[in-house]
Order: sequence, then structure tokens, then C-alpha cells
Amino acid sequence: MIEAVKSRSRKRLITLTVNGEEHEIAIRPNAMLVDVVRDQIGLTGTKSGCSSGSCGACTLLIDGRPMLACSTLAVECDGKAIRTVEDLADGERLSPIQEAFLDQGAVQCGFCTPGMLMSVTALIASNPKPSHQEIKKALEGNLCRCTGYNAIFNAVLQATGQDGIKPIMF
Amino acid sequence: MSVSRALPHDAARLHVTGAARYVDDIPVPAGCLHLAFGLSTIARGAIRSMNLDEARGAPGVVAVLSAADLPFANDVSPSAHDEPLLATDRVHYLGQQLFLVVAESHLAARRAARLGRVEYDEEDPVLTIEQALAAGARFEEGPRIYEKGDARAAIAAAARTIEGTIEIGGQEHFYLEGQAALALPQEGGDMVVHSSTQHPTEIQHKVAEALGVPMHGVRVETRRMGGGFGGKESQGNALAVACAVAARLTGRACKMRYDRDDDMIVTGKRHDFRIAYRAGFDADGRIGGVEFVQYARCGWSQDLSLPVADRAMLHADNAYLLPACRIESHRLRTNTQSATAFRGFGGPQGMLGIERVMDHIAHELGLDPVELRRRNYYRAPGAGGLSAPRAAAPRPPESFPGKMKHVDPATDLTSRGAVSDLAPDRARAEGGGNTTPYGQAVNDFELHGITDVLMRTSDYDNRCRAVGEWNARGGPIRRGIAFSPVKFGISFTLTHLNQAGALVHVYQDGSVHLNHGGTEMGQGLFQKVAQVAASRFGIEPGAVKITATDTAKVPNTSATAASSGSDLNGMAVKAACDTIRGRMAEFLAELHQTVAAEVRFHDGRVRVGSHDMSFAEAAEAAYLGRVSLSATGYYRTPKLAWDRIRGVGRPFYYFAYGAAVSEVAVDIRSGEYRILRADILHDAGASLNPALDIGQIEGGYVQGAGWLTTEELVWDGKGRLRTQAPSTYKIPACADRPEVFNVALWDGANREDTIYRSKAVGEPPLMLGISAFLALSHAIASCGARYPALDAPATPEAVWAAVRRLGHGI
Repeated sequence: MIEAVKSRSRKRLITLTVNGEEHEIAIRPNAMLVDVVRDQIGLTGTKSGCSSGSCGACTLLIDGRPMLACSTLAVECDGKAIRTVEDLADGERLSPIQEAFLDQGAVQCGFCTPGMLMSVTALIASNPKPSHQEIKKALEGNLCRCTGYNAIFNAVLQATGQDGIKPIMF
Repeated sequence: MSVSRALPHDAARLHVTGAARYVDDIPVPAGCLHLAFGLSTIARGAIRSMNLDEARGAPGVVAVLSAADLPFANDVSPSAHDEPLLATDRVHYLGQQLFLVVAESHLAARRAARLGRVEYDEEDPVLTIEQALAAGARFEEGPRIYEKGDARAAIAAAARTIEGTIEIGGQEHFYLEGQAALALPQEGGDMVVHSSTQHPTEIQHKVAEALGVPMHGVRVETRRMGGGFGGKESQGNALAVACAVAARLTGRACKMRYDRDDDMIVTGKRHDFRIAYRAGFDADGRIGGVEFVQYARCGWSQDLSLPVADRAMLHADNAYLLPACRIESHRLRTNTQSATAFRGFGGPQGMLGIERVMDHIAHELGLDPVELRRRNYYRAPGAGGLSAPRAAAPRPPESFPGKMKHVDPATDLTSRGAVSDLAPDRARAEGGGNTTPYGQAVNDFELHGITDVLMRTSDYDNRCRAVGEWNARGGPIRRGIAFSPVKFGISFTLTHLNQAGALVHVYQDGSVHLNHGGTEMGQGLFQKVAQVAASRFGIEPGAVKITATDTAKVPNTSATAASSGSDLNGMAVKAACDTIRGRMAEFLAELHQTVAAEVRFHDGRVRVGSHDMSFAEAAEAAYLGRVSLSATGYYRTPKLAWDRIRGVGRPFYYFAYGAAVSEVAVDIRSGEYRILRADILHDAGASLNPALDIGQIEGGYVQGAGWLTTEELVWDGKGRLRTQAPSTYKIPACADRPEVFNVALWDGANREDTIYRSKAVGEPPLMLGISAFLALSHAIASCGARYPALDAPATPEAVWAAVRRLGHGI
């Protein structure tokens, strides 16, 4: 019993490339990626909303694919490239999708925003002009309790230059 | 001027770059400890024994505390001192906190919290309305009753009557950021607490009590919440107090956050209600009298249930002039989570009661539901009607000097759960005949105009006809369309809470530091208030630094609740800015031999007669001239006087209005449905920021529709919440938003003198979601002759069952 506990807690060394920077870190084998990214690498932009893979707040990109960091073991990511919300802007210059979130008022409490942005970033990378149906599908795993989704939806349309959606801010 | 501009949320840029810090993102000192509660596994009984040895010995555990280990007050209640931080001898609901684990990591604390060995003498829990009534389990001595005229006689005398009952489910807040707190011990026994709370002053008060120090020994800071919706008005007390107590004990920083399952099991939700109704009306649908009996399941402790249930009574009329009305309200004590504040605070439940009555009457008479509603509306301002000339409303004094009841010193005076009030005997019914069941004159009724415009812009008549024709074909997909109005009372019903403070500094470089008592939970309050400050100084909002809410900067604040945030704090900030501006103007006027009234603050410039300088130069000159550039501001809402026991007076400064038309499609074979289109026209007065207001309206509508459709709370017979995760509790997702969503602001200014004539917008739009529920009822009604009498939430299962009840498909 005690031996089992010890082996479970024995740390493992893994290599993660996070936002282009390589990190060699010692982790517990049962550590979730969200905790490693937030607590060990110190990037708190990725949020933990439900810890059960149902709300999407922890969405980040693993080798370009949107994944739930709360339901992904960090050990599984050994040698992989992780991209988080902190990497979307180029210095002071926001990405078009970040700009669109500002322009459309798609941010209220902001807690779902990083996860939303990562899902949308993955969508646009593979599909620069997504249909309404494809946008819905891409965002189905990301819950927002504040906005009612309309502004978020319009932000995706603005960022992809569709439906003549213009910024509502003046 | 920066007010009325559509500017993004103040922290939007921080949010999209991941730089915005919530409590769990704040860097902590080395050695920070993490906390978790051990929870009750039964709903009711006596604790026979509690063995915590195994938890104490678990890896990473530093300490395990039970009630006996608490040094001072063991109470986290906002009102009646009936909510211990840790249970003493009895447990009252499944999920109640029994003991507190302090450990080196969040995970270690969570693991150890499951290792408590607790033995109970289990008793049958009181869970349902029937059980509570049978057991006499209630708050207050008996039901509250508000009356206007003789409703029973009016119903008896009416040509037609209806009666029925509607069950209205509760609602989980599901703020995306769970409850969280962080306590940092300071020198001399002081404590700094970061809390995800809508009510920093209450956190300060409860922490001070728990540490046995005066309130000045505790400073609470709240920069932002990841959503609140009322769920962080009182429900953060337990975490903050636990952190502070553990930090005092260990001398180390202590942090606590609930994982989602704990959050849903431990914290209170929207009150579920049953409303029984009886109404008498004439052949044209004009109501003569209505009786409501409202039963609210309040859960195990009082929390804010009394004012919630009061507000349900105060919205039993919604938009309708009821000649005679009787509202009876039962506040029932059950062995479930203590139901708490949730956007609308009882108003939505009360409003759904009368909207059900309207829907039922329209069905009974075969009358267009919009026309029926219009016939029963309050009269528009200036429309004399057949009533006697309006008597001048008695003006209650704005303050009540010298007359104060004895107040229990432990009472949290800044909580809505407080029961003390000042001189309610001054509350009087206002005259004029266009009055609510509680005697407040309705002098700002905007709904005639709003309804006219919305009917046109939503193309209601044509779409209504099209829906009728579609349903007449009798296919498996039915459509429904419905209209519902909102009239929502603005002010805390506990009159003394309607006050606010602000602190403003102007630095010598012309930059401005802004602080006020309101908290930011995503609603955009900080930006709106910054726009007010920028407008007063004639500078860009970017020159105003918005800072975290801090009990050391502005004391004795009310919760950011009751939609009051920008009304109260906007006015307090305006007062502070005007004080500084006045001092600067006076100084500059003297310097340039003119009068203060001739000094203009505009476009980042200050003009003094023929002299023109930047705001920064003016600030520097004022500093060199030894002028104080710092001021507090204060505001209290005028005209309020309310007696909640008699149910008479003016609890609200004004009303906010709105209306919605929703259209749905229902598959009657499965009960599945979709909202096809929503059209909304909402009254935000002269909006401080139209973009933020539209965001509140869209989000409020979807949240309200979620409450009445897919969001279902289920407890089993043991009192265990079975919907304690997003996998089983369904809030609206992206695909649930209406395909066509038209939202517009009503073009009008507040008739009362609010901040730039704007209106509160936090809660009222939630109730626009009632139209989606009524549209489902309309679609179902096409399946038979009887009234569907749909209960809420109308989940697909409930819709399926309602279709069958009408005899379809059997």
C-alpha cells in the first residue's frame, strides 16, 4: 500500500514546448496539464472551470488541436507543443480574433474567454471561412454564462470577414 | 463626453490576452496552504461522533479543524446567525461543512477531506413543500400577506374565473469561476483577504468576527469575479472566513477554491417556487381580482430568503394594474442548500406567476395574449383615464434622524438579510389609482410605447398568423410565439442599503485614480463608472485608472446587487469628481481673475476665460497652489420609504422596463425544441454604454430562458443533489442561442434623476426569457384544446409529457 502510494507520487521528467519555449519539468504522473501549465509554468491565462471536461474554460492547443487541459494528463504531452492564450498576441498587437472579441463586446466576466479564443483559433486555422453550423460545432464545448453567445458568434464572423459584421464599439 | 459611448469592458484587453487575474491567479507567497471542507453525507441528523485522525495523518495535511477549534465566532450567515462555518452538533443538509482541512496542496486537502469518519443519528429530511408545511418548518412566524382591495370579493363578482398552479424550478448560478478566497496574514494580527465576492464589506465583517478583531483589522480586496449572478453575495463568506482562520492559526497564506462539484453541492441556488393562483376577469379579459399563494423553498438557513420572497411578492403584478390583489408568501425551511440571491432576487418567480395568469386567461378567452396584456397594463404617464385626479404623492424625508430601533450589534447591517430598518412607519401608500398592490404609484410606465414598437419591429402579427397556419397543418414540428413584458423595481428593498461611496484622486500629472464600493463581475460596472469620472473631468476614459474594490478605501459598502451598481456608485463617483473639479475651478478662476463657473473641463483641456491648458497642467497648477486633489463622494437614493411587514410604501426609486417576443419550434415526438428567434426592446434609460447594456440584455435573456427550459435541479429522496456537474445540469450552450437575435434599446431617459438619466440593467433582462417559456406553451397548446399548464423548467421531457397530457399521441 505504502509502496503503491510512493510510486504514484514519484515524479517524472517531461519536456513541454509551451508557446515556443521548451520546459523540462518534473511532474507527478497523475498531474493534469491544466495544473502544470498554471502552477508550474506559471501561465494562469488558462482557466480551470469545472475540472471535469465539461465547460471548456481550460481549452488550449496541443500540437495545434484544441484540447481540455483539465482532462489531459501532463505525461501524455511529453515532447508535444502546447499553445495557450498568452501566445495569441504578437507583442502589443492583438490577433484578429482577439480584436474581434473586443470590437463585438464578446467579453464580460472573461473567465470563458481564453478557452473560447483557443477553440476559435483552432477553427480558423483549419477553416478560414467557417459556416454558422461549423462555428456552433467548434464552440459547443465552451460554456459562457454571461454573454448569451451572440457577441461571441459575431466576433467569429467579424474575424473571418463574414456577413458584413462590423465592430459595435465607437 | 465619454458617457453614452459604446466602449468595451474595461479589462477586455487583459481578458483576451490571459492577463486578467482572478483570485486563483494571484501570485501567492511561498508556503501558501490550501483548504478543503469535509462535507456532510446526510441531509438531516445529529452528529454522534467525528473521527478526523485519518484525515490528520494524510499526506500533506498540516491541520484539520472542527467547530471546537474555531477561536471566535462560528458563523458565516449574512443574517440570522444560523449558519455555522463548521457544524456543531447537527447537520441540516447534504453538503454542509463539518470540518476544515489545511494542507500543502489543493489536491492533498481535497483527498484528506474525504477521510473524515463521521457517525450520525440520521433523521428523515424535510425536502418538499408538503413536508415543510406539514412540519411547520418555515422562516418568520407565518406567511407574509400583502393586499390591495378585496381580491376574494372581486373574483367572486367576476364574470369568468381561472385557477391553477405553476411549479417553478430553481437555478444554479454556474458562474464560470468557482468560489475562491485567499487570506494573507499581516503584522499585528491584521488580515488581508482577496475574495471573489459581490460583497467585500460583508466578507470583512464576517472575517473580523471570526478573528475576534474590529473591522479595521481586516482589509478585503476584490478586483473581479468570473461571474457572480447573486451567487457571490453571501456564498463566499465560508471560504473567506476559513482562509482567515487557518491563516491566523498557521501564520501562512491560505487559499481555498471549490471544485465545481463541491461548489454545486455546497452553495445555495435560486429559490424554487410553487405559485397557486386564482383570477377573476370580464369577457374582455380585464382582471378584477387576483390571489396568489407563493411557496418558496428556502433551504436550511435564512440567508437572504426573506427579501427574496418579499421581492417575489413585489413583482406579482409585473406590468398590470390589478384592482384587487392578495399575495400570500410562505418561506419554507427545508434540508437542502440554503437558497440565495440569483439575478432578479425573487422577482422572476413572482413575475412568472402573473404571466402564467395572463397566458391562461388568453387561452380561456381565445384572445390574443398581447392584446389581453395591453388591456391590463398600468396607465401611461399623463394618461388620466377615469381615475380621480392624481393626488400629490407624499414625499417621505430622505433621512430619518434620531429615530432608530435597537439593533443587535452582531447584525451584518450591510446585508440584505438584515431585518432592522429605520422608521418604516413613514411609509405611505401613494395616491392616483395607478398604483401597485403595495401602494407605489407607477409614474414612469413605458410599456405602451415599447409594446407598440416591438410589435412592429418583430412583425408579430404576421408571424403569429404564420405560426397558426403552420400548426394547423398538424405536422410533428410545432411552432410557438409569445410576447412578455417586464417591469422591474429598482432599489434595495432594505432602504438603508441604498447608499454608496467613492474615492477619487487626481495626480499632479493629470491621471486619475478611481475607487468605489461596487464590484466587477463582468457586467461592465467599472467601465461605466470610469466613463462617468472621465466625463466629469472632460478627459478620455483611458486617463482614469480603475482600481480593485477595497474595504480600506471605501467603507460600509452594500453588495453589488439589486442592479444598483452603476446607479449608486456612478452617483457617488460623480460627487467625488465634482468636489475636486470645483476646487480646481475655484483656484484657477482666482488665478486668472474670473469666476469658477467660467472654468470649462472639456476634451482633455481646461479653459479659464481666455487661458487654455491641458488637464495635466491644470492639475499641476492646482497641486502647486496647495489645492487638495483627493475627495470622497457619497450618494443615497432619495424618495424611498417602505414597510415590508405591512407591504406598503415606496420600495423602488423607479422601474426598468423591457419586452420580448420569442419564437420556438418543438418536435412533439421527442419534446426537443429550439428558440428560432428573439426580438427584444429594452429600457436602459439614457444608456451609459449601449454596447455593455446590450451585452447585459442578450446574456440576461439567454440565462432567463435557460432557467425556464433546460436547467433542472434534481434532488433524490435523501436530499442529495443529483445534478451537481455540468454533465447533468445543462446551462445554455452556443447552439441554444436564438438563431435570429434582435436586441435594441428603448430610446428614452429615466424620468428620475439618476446618473445621466440612465437605468439599471443588470437583472431586468433575465425576465425577458419568460417569453421563451410561454412560446413553448403556445406550441404545445396546438396539440389539444386544454390549457397546457406547463411547469418550469420546460425540459424536453416535460414538453413531451405536456404534449401527451393534451391527449396527443396516446
